[in-house]
Amino acid sequence: MAKSVVQEFSKGLWAEVAPFRLVLGLCPVLAVTKTLENGVGMGLATTFVLVGSNILVSMLRNIIPSKVRIACFIVIIATFVTVVELLMQAFTYPLFLKLGIFIPLIVVNCLVLGRAEAYASKNGVVKSLADGLGMGLGFTLSLGLLGAVREVIGTGTLSLPFLYNIPVMGDGYRPFAFMVEAPGAFIALGLMLCLMNLVPKKG
Amino acid sequence: MGDIIVLAISCIFVNNILLAQFLGNCPFLGTSKKMETAVGMSMAVVFVMVMAGMITWLVDNYILSTMGLDYLRTIAFILVIASLVQFVEMFLKKSIPGLYAGLGIFLPLITTNCAVMGACLINIKEEYTFLQTLVSSFSYAVGFGLALILFAGVRERVILNRVPKSLQDTSIGLVTAGLIALAFMGFKGMV
Repeated sequence: MAKSVVQEFSKGLWAEVAPFRLVLGLCPVLAVTKTLENGVGMGLATTFVLVGSNILVSMLRNIIPSKVRIACFIVIIATFVTVVELLMQAFTYPLFLKLGIFIPLIVVNCLVLGRAEAYASKNGVVKSLADGLGMGLGFTLSLGLLGAVREVIGTGTLSLPFLYNIPVMGDGYRPFAFMVEAPGAFIALGLMLCLMNLVPKKG
Repeated sequence: MGDIIVLAISCIFVNNILLAQFLGNCPFLGTSKKMETAVGMSMAVVFVMVMAGMITWLVDNYILSTMGLDYLRTIAFILVIASLVQFVEMFLKKSIPGLYAGLGIFLPLITTNCAVMGACLINIKEEYTFLQTLVSSFSYAVGFGLALILFAGVRERVILNRVPKSLQDTSIGLVTAGLIALAFMGFKGMV
Protein backbone atom coordinates (compact mmCIF):
# COMPACT_ATOMS: atom_id res chain seq x y z
CA MET A 1 0.00 0.00 0.00
CA ALA A 2 2.65 2.46 1.10
CA LYS A 3 4.75 1.73 -1.94
CA SER A 4 1.91 2.16 -4.39
CA VAL A 5 0.99 5.53 -2.90
CA VAL A 6 4.55 6.67 -3.51
CA GLN A 7 4.31 5.38 -7.06
CA GLU A 8 1.08 7.26 -7.68
CA PHE A 9 2.78 10.39 -6.43
CA SER A 10 6.00 10.05 -8.39
CA LYS A 11 4.46 9.14 -11.75
CA GLY A 12 3.10 12.67 -12.03
CA LEU A 13 6.59 14.09 -11.66
CA TRP A 14 8.22 12.35 -14.59
CA ALA A 15 6.62 9.39 -16.36
CA GLU A 16 3.29 11.12 -16.94
CA VAL A 17 4.19 14.74 -16.32
CA ALA A 18 1.09 16.45 -17.65
CA PRO A 19 2.08 19.16 -20.12
CA PHE A 20 4.80 17.13 -21.81
CA ARG A 21 3.75 13.50 -21.72
CA LEU A 22 -0.02 13.81 -21.85
CA VAL A 23 -0.17 17.20 -23.63
CA LEU A 24 -3.08 18.24 -21.43
CA GLY A 25 -3.87 21.65 -20.04
CA LEU A 26 -1.74 23.55 -22.51
CA CYS A 27 -3.46 26.92 -22.41
CA PRO A 28 -2.14 28.08 -19.03
CA VAL A 29 1.21 26.46 -19.85
CA LEU A 30 1.62 28.74 -22.85
CA ALA A 31 -0.11 31.82 -21.55
CA VAL A 32 1.21 32.48 -18.07
CA THR A 33 4.82 31.32 -18.38
CA LYS A 34 6.25 34.71 -19.24
CA THR A 35 8.16 34.60 -15.95
CA LEU A 36 9.18 31.98 -13.43
CA GLU A 37 7.03 33.57 -10.76
CA ASN A 38 3.86 33.50 -12.86
CA GLY A 39 4.50 29.90 -13.86
CA VAL A 40 5.00 28.69 -10.30
CA GLY A 41 2.02 30.68 -9.00
CA MET A 42 -0.27 29.23 -11.64
CA GLY A 43 1.11 25.75 -11.01
CA LEU A 44 0.45 25.96 -7.27
CA ALA A 45 -3.09 27.25 -7.82
CA THR A 46 -3.76 24.34 -10.16
CA THR A 47 -2.24 21.90 -7.67
CA PHE A 48 -4.60 23.14 -4.98
CA VAL A 49 -7.61 22.62 -7.23
CA LEU A 50 -6.35 19.25 -8.41
CA VAL A 51 -5.78 17.91 -4.88
CA GLY A 52 -9.06 19.29 -3.56
CA SER A 53 -11.18 18.02 -6.41
CA ASN A 54 -9.45 14.63 -6.45
CA ILE A 55 -10.14 14.12 -2.73
CA LEU A 56 -13.78 15.18 -2.97
CA VAL A 57 -14.50 13.22 -6.15
CA SER A 58 -12.89 10.15 -4.64
CA MET A 59 -14.96 10.49 -1.45
CA LEU A 60 -18.19 10.89 -3.41
CA ARG A 61 -17.43 8.35 -6.12
CA ASN A 62 -19.97 5.81 -4.86
CA ILE A 63 -22.72 8.40 -4.45
CA ILE A 64 -22.51 10.26 -7.76
CA PRO A 65 -24.69 8.57 -10.41
CA SER A 66 -22.53 7.68 -13.39
CA LYS A 67 -24.83 9.36 -15.92
CA VAL A 68 -24.38 12.86 -14.53
CA ARG A 69 -20.85 12.39 -13.22
CA ILE A 70 -19.19 14.89 -15.57
CA ALA A 71 -21.56 17.65 -14.50
CA CYS A 72 -20.96 16.79 -10.84
CA PHE A 73 -17.19 16.82 -11.34
CA ILE A 74 -17.34 20.21 -13.00
CA VAL A 75 -19.34 21.69 -10.13
CA ILE A 76 -16.83 20.29 -7.60
CA ILE A 77 -13.90 21.66 -9.60
CA ALA A 78 -15.58 25.05 -10.06
CA THR A 79 -16.08 25.27 -6.30
CA PHE A 80 -12.39 24.76 -5.61
CA VAL A 81 -11.46 27.21 -8.34
CA THR A 82 -13.66 29.84 -6.70
CA VAL A 83 -11.95 29.13 -3.38
CA VAL A 84 -8.49 29.54 -4.85
CA GLU A 85 -9.58 32.67 -6.73
CA LEU A 86 -10.80 34.33 -3.55
CA LEU A 87 -7.71 33.22 -1.58
CA MET A 88 -5.36 34.66 -4.18
CA GLN A 89 -7.33 37.87 -4.35
CA ALA A 90 -6.92 38.18 -0.58
CA PHE A 91 -3.30 37.15 -0.10
CA THR A 92 -1.35 37.46 -3.36
CA TYR A 93 -3.09 40.33 -5.10
CA PRO A 94 -0.29 41.31 -7.57
CA LEU A 95 -0.06 37.72 -8.81
CA PHE A 96 -3.85 37.56 -9.02
CA LEU A 97 -3.80 40.57 -11.35
CA LYS A 98 -1.02 39.13 -13.51
CA LEU A 99 -2.71 35.76 -14.00
CA GLY A 100 -6.04 37.46 -14.76
CA ILE A 101 -8.67 35.33 -16.44
CA PHE A 102 -6.47 32.26 -16.33
CA ILE A 103 -7.42 31.63 -12.69
CA PRO A 104 -11.15 31.13 -13.40
CA LEU A 105 -10.09 29.18 -16.48
CA ILE A 106 -8.58 26.44 -14.28
CA VAL A 107 -12.16 25.10 -14.40
CA VAL A 108 -11.78 24.16 -18.03
CA ASN A 109 -8.21 22.89 -17.69
CA CYS A 110 -8.64 19.41 -19.12
CA LEU A 111 -5.92 18.10 -16.79
CA VAL A 112 -8.12 18.61 -13.70
CA LEU A 113 -11.24 17.05 -15.21
CA GLY A 114 -9.10 14.34 -16.76
CA ARG A 115 -7.68 13.25 -13.39
CA ALA A 116 -11.11 13.34 -11.75
CA GLU A 117 -12.59 11.16 -14.48
CA ALA A 118 -9.66 8.83 -15.13
CA TYR A 119 -8.30 8.40 -11.63
CA ALA A 120 -10.17 9.82 -8.64
CA SER A 121 -13.54 8.35 -9.65
CA LYS A 122 -12.04 4.85 -9.53
CA ASN A 123 -9.60 4.97 -6.60
CA GLY A 124 -9.54 5.57 -2.85
CA VAL A 125 -9.00 8.87 -1.08
CA VAL A 126 -5.32 8.44 -0.13
CA LYS A 127 -4.26 7.32 -3.59
CA SER A 128 -6.25 10.10 -5.24
CA LEU A 129 -4.58 12.63 -2.97
CA ALA A 130 -1.15 11.29 -3.94
CA ASP A 131 -2.12 11.33 -7.61
CA GLY A 132 -3.42 14.89 -7.44
CA LEU A 133 -0.38 16.12 -5.54
CA GLY A 134 2.07 14.42 -7.90
CA MET A 135 0.33 15.61 -11.04
CA GLY A 136 0.02 19.10 -9.62
CA LEU A 137 3.68 19.35 -8.63
CA GLY A 138 4.75 17.95 -12.00
CA PHE A 139 2.60 20.62 -13.63
CA THR A 140 4.14 23.30 -11.38
CA LEU A 141 7.68 22.16 -12.21
CA SER A 142 6.99 22.18 -15.94
CA LEU A 143 5.44 25.63 -15.78
CA GLY A 144 8.32 26.91 -13.67
CA LEU A 145 10.91 25.47 -16.02
CA LEU A 146 9.26 26.89 -19.12
CA GLY A 147 8.78 30.22 -17.36
CA ALA A 148 12.42 30.33 -16.29
CA VAL A 149 13.70 29.53 -19.79
CA ARG A 150 11.49 32.13 -21.43
CA GLU A 151 12.25 34.77 -18.82
CA VAL A 152 16.02 34.33 -18.91
CA ILE A 153 16.17 34.44 -22.71
CA GLY A 154 13.47 37.06 -23.11
CA THR A 155 14.48 39.56 -20.46
CA GLY A 156 17.88 38.47 -19.15
CA THR A 157 16.70 38.33 -15.53
CA LEU A 158 15.06 35.73 -13.34
CA SER A 159 12.31 36.57 -10.86
CA LEU A 160 12.55 34.32 -7.84
CA PRO A 161 9.01 33.59 -6.67
CA PHE A 162 7.80 36.21 -4.22
CA LEU A 163 11.34 37.65 -3.75
CA TYR A 164 13.24 39.82 -6.22
CA ASN A 165 14.67 39.77 -9.74
CA ILE A 166 18.22 38.55 -10.25
CA PRO A 167 20.17 39.39 -13.40
CA VAL A 168 21.40 36.22 -15.07
CA MET A 169 22.82 37.24 -18.39
CA GLY A 170 24.84 40.26 -17.29
CA ASP A 171 24.72 43.83 -18.57
CA GLY A 172 25.93 43.21 -22.11
CA TYR A 173 23.01 40.91 -22.92
CA ARG A 174 20.42 42.22 -25.33
CA PRO A 175 17.06 40.64 -24.43
CA PHE A 176 15.52 38.44 -27.07
CA ALA A 177 12.05 39.91 -26.53
CA PHE A 178 10.32 37.54 -28.89
CA MET A 179 10.60 34.78 -26.27
CA VAL A 180 8.17 36.49 -23.90
CA GLU A 181 5.71 37.12 -26.74
CA ALA A 182 3.23 34.57 -28.04
CA PRO A 183 5.38 32.83 -30.67
CA GLY A 184 8.19 32.23 -28.20
CA ALA A 185 5.83 30.24 -25.98
CA PHE A 186 4.91 27.83 -28.75
CA ILE A 187 8.46 27.40 -29.98
CA ALA A 188 10.01 27.02 -26.51
CA LEU A 189 7.43 24.40 -25.53
CA GLY A 190 7.87 22.56 -28.83
CA LEU A 191 11.63 22.38 -28.39
CA MET A 192 11.34 21.31 -24.75
CA LEU A 193 8.98 18.54 -25.83
CA CYS A 194 11.62 17.49 -28.34
CA LEU A 195 14.26 17.34 -25.58
CA MET A 196 11.88 15.29 -23.40
CA ASN A 197 11.46 12.83 -26.26
CA LEU A 198 15.22 12.37 -26.49
CA VAL A 199 15.31 11.06 -22.92
CA PRO A 200 13.86 7.55 -22.65
CA LYS A 201 10.81 7.03 -20.44
CA LYS A 202 11.30 5.37 -17.07
CA GLY A 203 9.02 4.45 -14.18
CA MET B 1 -20.59 51.49 -36.64
CA GLY B 2 -16.88 52.21 -37.07
CA ASP B 3 -16.24 51.07 -33.51
CA ILE B 4 -17.90 47.76 -34.22
CA ILE B 5 -15.73 47.11 -37.28
CA VAL B 6 -12.57 47.98 -35.35
CA LEU B 7 -13.68 45.65 -32.55
CA ALA B 8 -14.31 42.84 -35.02
CA ILE B 9 -10.93 43.25 -36.72
CA SER B 10 -9.08 43.44 -33.42
CA CYS B 11 -10.80 40.28 -32.16
CA ILE B 12 -10.13 38.30 -35.34
CA PHE B 13 -6.55 39.31 -36.06
CA VAL B 14 -4.80 41.41 -33.42
CA ASN B 15 -6.06 39.63 -30.32
CA ASN B 16 -6.55 36.30 -32.04
CA ILE B 17 -7.89 34.00 -29.37
CA LEU B 18 -5.58 31.10 -30.21
CA LEU B 19 -2.34 32.75 -31.18
CA ALA B 20 -2.30 35.91 -29.08
CA GLN B 21 -4.40 35.00 -26.04
CA PHE B 22 -3.55 31.28 -25.82
CA LEU B 23 -7.08 30.05 -25.29
CA GLY B 24 -8.34 26.78 -26.71
CA ASN B 25 -4.99 25.22 -27.45
CA CYS B 26 -6.06 21.64 -26.72
CA PRO B 27 -8.49 21.45 -29.67
CA PHE B 28 -6.02 23.56 -31.66
CA LEU B 29 -3.43 20.78 -31.45
CA GLY B 30 -5.91 17.91 -31.21
CA THR B 31 -8.12 18.56 -34.21
CA SER B 32 -5.65 20.11 -36.62
CA LYS B 33 -4.19 16.95 -38.11
CA LYS B 34 -6.86 16.78 -40.79
CA MET B 35 -8.54 19.64 -42.61
CA GLU B 36 -11.93 17.95 -42.23
CA THR B 37 -11.87 17.84 -38.42
CA ALA B 38 -10.50 21.38 -38.27
CA VAL B 39 -13.46 22.70 -40.28
CA GLY B 40 -15.92 20.73 -38.12
CA MET B 41 -14.40 22.08 -34.91
CA SER B 42 -14.40 25.66 -36.20
CA MET B 43 -18.07 25.49 -37.13
CA ALA B 44 -18.99 24.05 -33.75
CA VAL B 45 -17.02 26.79 -31.98
CA VAL B 46 -18.67 29.61 -33.96
CA PHE B 47 -22.06 28.22 -33.12
CA VAL B 48 -21.49 27.67 -29.40
CA MET B 49 -19.33 30.73 -28.73
CA VAL B 50 -21.92 33.21 -30.02
CA MET B 51 -24.72 31.60 -28.03
CA ALA B 52 -22.60 31.24 -24.89
CA GLY B 53 -21.43 34.86 -25.20
CA MET B 54 -25.00 36.15 -25.34
CA ILE B 55 -26.34 33.97 -22.54
CA THR B 56 -23.47 34.51 -20.12
CA TRP B 57 -23.72 38.27 -20.69
CA LEU B 58 -27.42 38.19 -19.82
CA VAL B 59 -26.80 35.97 -16.79
CA ASP B 60 -23.99 38.18 -15.54
CA ASN B 61 -25.76 41.52 -16.04
CA TYR B 62 -29.27 40.60 -14.98
CA ILE B 63 -28.74 37.89 -12.36
CA LEU B 64 -25.24 37.89 -10.86
CA SER B 65 -24.51 41.63 -10.81
CA THR B 66 -27.93 42.76 -9.66
CA MET B 67 -27.89 40.28 -6.79
CA GLY B 68 -24.26 40.89 -5.83
CA LEU B 69 -23.23 37.32 -6.56
CA ASP B 70 -20.13 38.15 -8.61
CA TYR B 71 -18.04 35.55 -6.82
CA LEU B 72 -20.25 32.80 -8.26
CA ARG B 73 -19.35 33.82 -11.82
CA THR B 74 -16.99 30.91 -12.50
CA ILE B 75 -19.48 28.28 -11.38
CA ALA B 76 -22.41 29.96 -13.11
CA PHE B 77 -20.59 30.32 -16.42
CA ILE B 78 -19.35 26.77 -16.61
CA LEU B 79 -22.84 25.48 -15.82
CA VAL B 80 -24.37 27.73 -18.47
CA ILE B 81 -21.85 26.56 -21.07
CA ALA B 82 -22.15 22.87 -20.17
CA SER B 83 -25.93 22.90 -20.28
CA LEU B 84 -25.95 25.02 -23.43
CA VAL B 85 -23.74 22.52 -25.21
CA GLN B 86 -26.00 19.68 -24.09
CA PHE B 87 -29.09 21.56 -25.23
CA VAL B 88 -27.61 22.52 -28.60
CA GLU B 89 -26.62 18.91 -29.12
CA MET B 90 -30.15 17.63 -28.48
CA PHE B 91 -31.70 20.38 -30.60
CA LEU B 92 -29.44 19.74 -33.57
CA LYS B 93 -29.88 15.98 -33.33
CA LYS B 94 -33.65 16.40 -33.61
CA SER B 95 -33.97 19.32 -36.01
CA ILE B 96 -30.84 19.56 -38.20
CA PRO B 97 -29.38 16.03 -38.31
CA GLY B 98 -27.08 16.98 -41.20
CA LEU B 99 -25.26 19.65 -39.19
CA TYR B 100 -25.25 17.38 -36.14
CA ALA B 101 -23.53 14.61 -38.07
CA GLY B 102 -21.04 17.14 -39.45
CA LEU B 103 -20.07 18.45 -36.03
CA GLY B 104 -19.92 14.96 -34.53
CA ILE B 105 -17.72 14.50 -31.50
CA PHE B 106 -16.60 18.14 -31.43
CA LEU B 107 -19.81 19.45 -30.00
CA PRO B 108 -19.57 17.73 -26.58
CA LEU B 109 -15.84 18.47 -26.45
CA ILE B 110 -16.52 22.19 -26.55
CA THR B 111 -17.62 22.15 -22.91
CA THR B 112 -13.98 21.97 -21.88
CA ASN B 113 -12.74 24.31 -24.61
CA CYS B 114 -11.31 27.20 -22.66
CA ALA B 115 -11.72 29.50 -25.68
CA VAL B 116 -15.49 29.58 -25.13
CA MET B 117 -15.28 30.27 -21.42
CA GLY B 118 -12.35 32.63 -21.97
CA ALA B 119 -14.24 34.73 -24.53
CA CYS B 120 -17.22 34.99 -22.16
CA LEU B 121 -14.94 36.13 -19.31
CA ILE B 122 -13.19 38.68 -21.53
CA ASN B 123 -16.55 40.12 -22.59
CA ILE B 124 -17.47 40.66 -18.95
CA LYS B 125 -14.06 41.98 -17.97
CA GLU B 126 -14.03 44.56 -20.77
CA GLU B 127 -17.55 45.63 -19.79
CA TYR B 128 -18.90 45.32 -23.31
CA THR B 129 -22.50 46.17 -24.16
CA PHE B 130 -24.75 43.45 -25.50
CA LEU B 131 -24.08 44.39 -29.15
CA GLN B 132 -20.32 44.50 -28.57
CA THR B 133 -20.51 41.11 -26.84
CA LEU B 134 -22.30 39.68 -29.86
CA VAL B 135 -19.71 41.08 -32.27
CA SER B 136 -16.68 40.12 -30.21
CA SER B 137 -17.92 36.56 -29.56
CA PHE B 138 -18.53 36.04 -33.25
CA SER B 139 -15.19 37.59 -34.20
CA TYR B 140 -13.24 35.57 -31.65
CA ALA B 141 -14.86 32.42 -33.03
CA VAL B 142 -14.03 33.43 -36.59
CA GLY B 143 -10.44 34.11 -35.53
CA PHE B 144 -10.32 30.69 -33.88
CA GLY B 145 -11.56 29.07 -37.08
CA LEU B 146 -9.15 31.05 -39.25
CA ALA B 147 -6.12 30.10 -37.17
CA LEU B 148 -7.20 26.47 -36.83
CA ILE B 149 -7.83 25.99 -40.56
CA LEU B 150 -4.57 27.74 -41.53
CA PHE B 151 -2.70 25.56 -39.05
CA ALA B 152 -4.37 22.38 -40.32
CA GLY B 153 -3.33 23.28 -43.85
CA VAL B 154 0.30 23.71 -42.82
CA ARG B 155 0.23 20.56 -40.71
CA GLU B 156 -1.05 18.42 -43.57
CA ARG B 157 2.04 19.47 -45.49
CA VAL B 158 4.38 18.87 -42.55
CA ILE B 159 3.22 15.26 -42.28
CA LEU B 160 4.53 14.60 -45.79
CA ASN B 161 8.04 15.65 -44.83
CA ARG B 162 10.66 13.69 -42.97
CA VAL B 163 10.83 15.06 -39.45
CA PRO B 164 13.46 13.91 -36.89
CA LYS B 165 11.97 11.30 -34.58
CA SER B 166 12.17 13.31 -31.37
CA LEU B 167 10.52 16.31 -33.03
CA GLN B 168 7.60 14.37 -34.47
CA ASP B 169 3.91 15.06 -33.96
CA THR B 170 3.12 17.51 -31.15
CA SER B 171 6.62 18.89 -30.94
CA ILE B 172 6.88 20.02 -34.57
CA GLY B 173 3.23 21.05 -34.32
CA LEU B 174 4.07 23.52 -31.57
CA VAL B 175 7.00 24.95 -33.46
CA THR B 176 4.77 25.36 -36.52
CA ALA B 177 2.17 27.09 -34.37
CA GLY B 178 4.92 29.40 -33.12
CA LEU B 179 5.80 30.40 -36.67
CA ILE B 180 2.13 31.08 -37.49
CA ALA B 181 1.87 33.14 -34.29
CA LEU B 182 4.91 35.08 -35.48
CA ALA B 183 3.04 35.88 -38.69
CA PHE B 184 0.01 36.99 -36.70
CA MET B 185 2.21 39.31 -34.63
CA GLY B 186 2.45 41.35 -37.82
CA PHE B 187 -1.15 42.43 -37.28
CA LYS B 188 -0.16 44.20 -34.05
CA GLY B 189 -0.50 47.93 -34.31
CA MET B 190 -3.08 47.59 -37.06
CA VAL B 191 -5.87 48.74 -34.75
